[in-house]
Amino acid sequence: MAIGVTTTPEKSKPSGSIMNDPQVRGIFYQVITVVILVALVYWIADNTIQNLKRANIASGYGFLNGRAGFDVGQSLIAYTSDSTYGRALVVGFFNTLLVAVTGIITATIIGFVVGIGRLSHNWLIAKLSLAYVEVFRNIPPLLVIFFWYSGVLAVLPQPRESAALPLNIFLNNRGIAFPKPVFGDGSQYVFYTFVIAVIASFFLARYARIKQEATGQRFPLLWTVLGLVIGLPLLAFLATGSPITFDVPVAGKFNLTGGSVIGPEFLSLFLALSFYTAAFIAEIVRAGIRGVSKGQSEAAHALGVRPGLTTRLVVVPQAMRIIIPPLTSQYLNLTKNSSLAIAIGYADLVAVGGTILNQTGQAIEVVSIWIIVYLSLSLTTSLLMNWFNARMALVER
Amino acid sequence: MARRILTALVGAAVMGIGAHAASAATLDDVKAKGFVQCGVNTGLAGFAAPDASGNWSGFDVDYCKAIAAAIFADGTKVKYTPTSAKERFPALQSGEVDVLARNTTWTINRDTALGFNFRPVNYYDGQGFMVRKGLNVKSALELSGAAVCVQTGTTTELNLADYFKSNNLQYNPVVFEKLEEVNAAYDAGRCDVYTTDQSGLYSLRLTLSKPDDHMILPEIISKEPLGPAVRQGDDQWFDIVSWVHYALIQAEEFGVTQANVEEMKKSPNPDVQRFLGVEADSKIGTDIGLTNEWAVNIIKAVGNYGEVFDRNIGAGSPLKIERGLNALWSKGGIQYAPPVR
Repeated sequence: MAIGVTTTPEKSKPSGSIMNDPQVRGIFYQVITVVILVALVYWIADNTIQNLKRANIASGYGFLNGRAGFDVGQSLIAYTSDSTYGRALVVGFFNTLLVAVTGIITATIIGFVVGIGRLSHNWLIAKLSLAYVEVFRNIPPLLVIFFWYSGVLAVLPQPRESAALPLNIFLNNRGIAFPKPVFGDGSQYVFYTFVIAVIASFFLARYARIKQEATGQRFPLLWTVLGLVIGLPLLAFLATGSPITFDVPVAGKFNLTGGSVIGPEFLSLFLALSFYTAAFIAEIVRAGIRGVSKGQSEAAHALGVRPGLTTRLVVVPQAMRIIIPPLTSQYLNLTKNSSLAIAIGYADLVAVGGTILNQTGQAIEVVSIWIIVYLSLSLTTSLLMNWFNARMALVER
Repeated sequence: MARRILTALVGAAVMGIGAHAASAATLDDVKAKGFVQCGVNTGLAGFAAPDASGNWSGFDVDYCKAIAAAIFADGTKVKYTPTSAKERFPALQSGEVDVLARNTTWTINRDTALGFNFRPVNYYDGQGFMVRKGLNVKSALELSGAAVCVQTGTTTELNLADYFKSNNLQYNPVVFEKLEEVNAAYDAGRCDVYTTDQSGLYSLRLTLSKPDDHMILPEIISKEPLGPAVRQGDDQWFDIVSWVHYALIQAEEFGVTQANVEEMKKSPNPDVQRFLGVEADSKIGTDIGLTNEWAVNIIKAVGNYGEVFDRNIGAGSPLKIERGLNALWSKGGIQYAPPVR
């Protein structure tokens, strides 16, 4: 107390009861809340366990090692009815991931095009974009899925009258069948040259940027990269004597056989989620671009930058800072909406999990797996987008 | 989806909350609330389907009515819970329904690991295949490469996988959760083959846009004994549900019908008298917690097994399914009731 200058004055002892100390009270209420919460969780868990025991229902995750016994229509990994329940769930997980990732990519592209289209000075483009947004964002996603499944894909011709498209692609109500590449001897070189071309393009892009920053000269990057990525593998393909052949779909007894098939279930879900989410992304993009002060593009115009370049180099990078956070929510929505797959029989995590739930009766375990998987998927997406957001954020100097 | 998870969670919570509240005696609960909560199909013509005004009818529905009649002497004291193949087991486990009369196959897994009890088989069924006549398929063994529509979470789905695997046939499963979705997909030509219990195929064929364009293949690839299921741990309730079926069978065997049941009470046959509860000092119903008139009440409400069968799925219905295995044991079938004494 001898020190004369103190920035924090000595706390005076509370004059009244300890119960009147706001800090003590705060801690008290928090402790009470936590205790009640823990008790509630314990009570539910304990009751559930007792009931499961009483009903003679085995619990635990051991069932995941059992033989599944059912088949799954679409699978990205090897799966037969002899595989385990655990593997069936992995099949479902990959199917969910597939539709989520492809959906996110497509929705982003459509969303950006439509969002920028809404700001177009061209009357027709602006109104078409407006109509698109208003139609798709005002219909429940499930109906959009049904629209694609029953309204568009189901009315396609029967397999025996498949519509033939160019390049041996066939369209019928069992999906799109297209030639499947068969990799013969030497095809690995084609793949290697492709990887080399991609790596080379990466360094080329760096070089082009450094060169432009140093000298102001622009390098024709796009055409060079295209030439590299397509040309090099093509050269390797010809040099090794055309090792890649194609397995073309041909009419079989019931359906086309051979080739690869993308089923209507995946197609409708993918299209529906893409188109639905794109409507929201378009609005986010429009808001983001509107959020960039008009002076920025005017300044760019004054400097003689062309309109297209102004949008790409001046407006969009600044708009991204506004766009990315709400965009993350849309990505999460799309991922979660993919569980609507069950309505049209696409074998996603929920559909496969539901079948397992029914075969084994392990409701609580399966539901917990669903929750954990969707939670992890969403948190991972958030994490990635936050990292991206941090990179795109305005660097203040 | 969200709804489904929510339902499951609520189900789980209900199981939890119900822990100490739900007593073992389902009969007392049913009597207290005044009706039987019966889990039925979402709509399978002939077995359980609501009409335009929401009145349920069908083979399984008559079992619900029979149980209600046995308890309340009134076949209308039933509330129906339509369940999909997937929802049915959690519904019974959680106590949402008292009995599941939903053309459910009795398997060892369901009888043990899932915690249910099965005893009487009210319909002996088997899995079959339906195809379009235009495909010129005469046997299931010619189905390699076909797209097969099937309902998820059924024994059908598993039998299908086993059958195609053991015969080295390829197929592409097209799987839906709801029966209506499977129907629509098959009708729209999404798949070449529809597989489910043969009784179901007869019923579903009627709902297709052109029933005559479809045929049911001769192969039966599985045993599908269908019957009502209850939760384990309540022997009295299990007995009641079982004996309702046996009473229906017994009534057919004795020739007791909805029309003549009052008359039959005067039958000189002591077996019939005992069955109908008119024997002196009878304890035929009170021993399982019902009245001695329970069999009479069942027959008054729905008739005997033969009448229930004919009216809903047999000769007197559009389905016209043969009695086959479901004829009485004395008439070449395997429907058989233990003696009522």
